[in-house]
Amino acid sequence: MELFSIFFGAILINNFVLHYFLGICPFLGVSKKIDAAMSMGLAVTFVMSITAVVSWVINHWILIPYGLDYLQIVSFILVIASLVQLVEMFVRKTSPPLYQAMGIYLPLITVNCAIMGLALLSALKNYNFIEAVVFGVGSGLGFTLAIVLMAAIREQLDLADVPEPLKGAGIALIVAGIMALAFLGFSGVIK
Amino acid sequence: MPTKTATQEFLKGLWEENPIFRQILGMCPTLAVTNAVINGLAMGLATSFVLVFSSFLISLIKKLIPSQVRIASYIVVIASFVTIADRVLAAYFWDISKALGPYVPLIVVNCNILGRAEAFASKNKVGRSVMDALGVSAGFILALLVLSSIREVLGSGTFLGYRVLGSWFEPWTIMVLPAGGFITLGILMAISIQLERKRKER
Repeated sequence: MELFSIFFGAILINNFVLHYFLGICPFLGVSKKIDAAMSMGLAVTFVMSITAVVSWVINHWILIPYGLDYLQIVSFILVIASLVQLVEMFVRKTSPPLYQAMGIYLPLITVNCAIMGLALLSALKNYNFIEAVVFGVGSGLGFTLAIVLMAAIREQLDLADVPEPLKGAGIALIVAGIMALAFLGFSGVIK
Repeated sequence: MPTKTATQEFLKGLWEENPIFRQILGMCPTLAVTNAVINGLAMGLATSFVLVFSSFLISLIKKLIPSQVRIASYIVVIASFVTIADRVLAAYFWDISKALGPYVPLIVVNCNILGRAEAFASKNKVGRSVMDALGVSAGFILALLVLSSIREVLGSGTFLGYRVLGSWFEPWTIMVLPAGGFITLGILMAISIQLERKRKER
């Protein structure tokens, strides 16, 4: 039950983009086409799930036992950067079609604050191992949901007559605001 | 860019290269912490501290860093200053540190800082890099202050915690919620684009 609420909470209520404001750069940058948004979401979910595992292990087996938790920031960012590199090489070797689908998005993920945010938030919330993994997968799926919905709206928006100064980032942010409002409706669904 | 004077390097960060309104970088902390002026200000100052000192250090040691590992080295430098900022906030300003939560450590992935390091500090002299970093910081603080003032005044009827609107005012709770942040920034962005277009026409 606990895991269930963490999972759906991460997707719908504490959505990374619409609640924590994490991963706004790709959310605005890669949301012009649905299939690109889908690949970005897939790549983020993938890296987030792995990050959840690795950052938990580092935090609980190395940093906390040796009293090094002030090194959290430095170690998490280095781990994430090298992890993304490894994942990129691994995917390129093992699955060319998958690499085709999310290749160019992988390097971009290094500086995606959603990944770092995931590592920090799950350390902050003191999740145990299983909870941290569920939280990671849920957050990734939540990000995917938000970015795909956003891309779907923006594809329609191309046809609309938007006032000149609002074009681009302006209207995208306002759409995101309205989406955040809609997602507010989910709060209270899960205690 | 060597034709620019140090003052111009500073001033360009305020408007022409304003990180938020013009370059659309570093949006996450911008939206997340601007529900109250004090949080926006603290975030702005913490980010500025990291930006100025890492620009200084990176510019100072740029000859020592092999270009293949430069991004990783910049990240280590930035992460060290972020750790300092995080620890200092937690030690002396516990309430603010608690309110900002994970967003202080997240300064490390603020694309502004890495962006300035890569685009400016790694190519320019120390003094010039510091001026550039100060300018971008000032532009960042300015944008955070504008955004957080609007959100705090309309969302809670207060400014820096003092009540500015009378009791007749029913606070627009939506403004302190995430949705209000997105919408306010969207409108501000449109205004800044409009101002820029007017400026260009002249």
